[in-house]
Amino acid sequence: MKRTETMLLNLGPSHPSTHGVLRVLLELDGELILRADPDIGYLHRGIEKMCEYRTYHRCMPLMNRLDYLAGEVNLFGFCLAMEKLLGIEVPKRAQYIRVMLAELTRIASHLFWLGTHGHDLGAMTPLFYAFREREKIMDLCEMVSGARMFPLYFRIGGLAADLPEAFIPAAWEFVKSFPEKHQDYHSLLTKNEIWIERTKDVGVMTADEALDWGWSGPMARGSGINWDLRRDNPYSSYEEFDFVVPLGKNGDTYDRYLVRMEEMLQANRIVRQALEKLADTPPGDIKAKDSRVSLPPKDAVYNDIAGLINHFKLIQEGITPPVGEVYQCIEAPKGEMGFYIVSDGSPQPFRLKIRGPSFINLSAMDKLARGRLLADSIALIGTMDIVLADVDR
Amino acid sequence: MSQAAELLQEKFPEEVVEVTEFRGETTIVVKPGRIVDICKALRDDNRTSYRYLSMIAGLDYLPQSPRFGVAYNLYSHKNKNRVTLKTLLTDDASPAIDSVVPVWSTANWHEREAYDMMGIRFRGHPDLRRILMPNDWVGHPQRKDYPLRGK
Repeated sequence: MKRTETMLLNLGPSHPSTHGVLRVLLELDGELILRADPDIGYLHRGIEKMCEYRTYHRCMPLMNRLDYLAGEVNLFGFCLAMEKLLGIEVPKRAQYIRVMLAELTRIASHLFWLGTHGHDLGAMTPLFYAFREREKIMDLCEMVSGARMFPLYFRIGGLAADLPEAFIPAAWEFVKSFPEKHQDYHSLLTKNEIWIERTKDVGVMTADEALDWGWSGPMARGSGINWDLRRDNPYSSYEEFDFVVPLGKNGDTYDRYLVRMEEMLQANRIVRQALEKLADTPPGDIKAKDSRVSLPPKDAVYNDIAGLINHFKLIQEGITPPVGEVYQCIEAPKGEMGFYIVSDGSPQPFRLKIRGPSFINLSAMDKLARGRLLADSIALIGTMDIVLADVDR
Repeated sequence: MSQAAELLQEKFPEEVVEVTEFRGETTIVVKPGRIVDICKALRDDNRTSYRYLSMIAGLDYLPQSPRFGVAYNLYSHKNKNRVTLKTLLTDDASPAIDSVVPVWSTANWHEREAYDMMGIRFRGHPDLRRILMPNDWVGHPQRKDYPLRGK
């Protein structure tokens, strides 16, 4: 007797290609995917809820832990949202340093994506090359803050400290050598026949569909949507930088690969420009001179009653923004990272909503996977460049 | 006044409750009843063309009444601007609003999250179940009366 029934397959929750703890329930007809239902929440830590019980300053370590492959970029967005809420302008030097670290982090995040995405599809070698350069960026992060993954270097109103002396030459060395290293990745994958077979016409999304599904960042640009928040709604002096926004045509996995590859080079160009601009800014000017967010100089604390009170209030009470609501988003490596802060005037956020790009990109999994083969699901998870800590928050 | 506010004043004068500007951002508070029509108009009209839904946030204003709210952040690639649409839900005991999934597919997971975390029902949602918490979880963790360390 001939039996026809579909099969349910669990992909994950612990599977090497799910980039964290993701379970995808696949309904299969042979090898054909009929339905894909991502089951998320394994890494749900309730960060939004926890923040409601913490001062703004104490929220910051949690922001680092959203998309942990680009820790400082999340914090960047949170600080910008807070500065918007408070109406604070950050000194130019701090803005350039932030841009520089954000772009270095973008390269690191894309390198991690490149290595793991390649590895998932059977290309072992790119991983080693990508991690070689990523390690250098981790070293740079360690230099500024002492930590590699979670630098926690940005502050509301500026930075924790100025750059150490050794940083600038080390950063220059990286910037100069990176384009050549980048060629290595290209030579390993871009014209590789197996790579092209596995990625061309896999997970196609048209521009209209990408908009409908709320895609942003490299995912949207792979489908040809000419949109980059750094260029179109500039923050932190991005309007002063010169860079190209790479676009894809077909909206498939291969085009998204090319877009991210080019983005790394463009990010490297921005770092170079930031280093040049930094030379013209006064050293030490890294924090907004605003008593609501910055501690007064020690001299004022010891000799002046107003300074002492200011110090005491900031330490004991924390930063108290005015009543209001703001939404601030940034171009994170994975797309639009947004922070919606509702303030009731107290030192804790009344409500903090985080718009994680991975969460939105992953929601289109079913749309991408339907009608594809089981093996393609691995390519799809890779191309979405998800980090489960960012999906689950 | 922003184009979005103008459009809504013109097409849905009874629905607009308040338009506020804060730090260069426009927030339009509307009544919940015709949210789908309002979103469709904002998406399809050439002046606004908010074809991209950035996020949906469930809000709990306990002890105020109306207690629950929903905020929609929209972006227009054409005009390169944003607008926040906010609505307060009338029923404090079982808050509900029409789903905007027919307008933007991306609303699907946002609404599931708001349902999971806040207990807001989205009428007409194709697949309204929990998303972050386990299926058998009791309660909605991001409500203000839900203790931080769990029940």
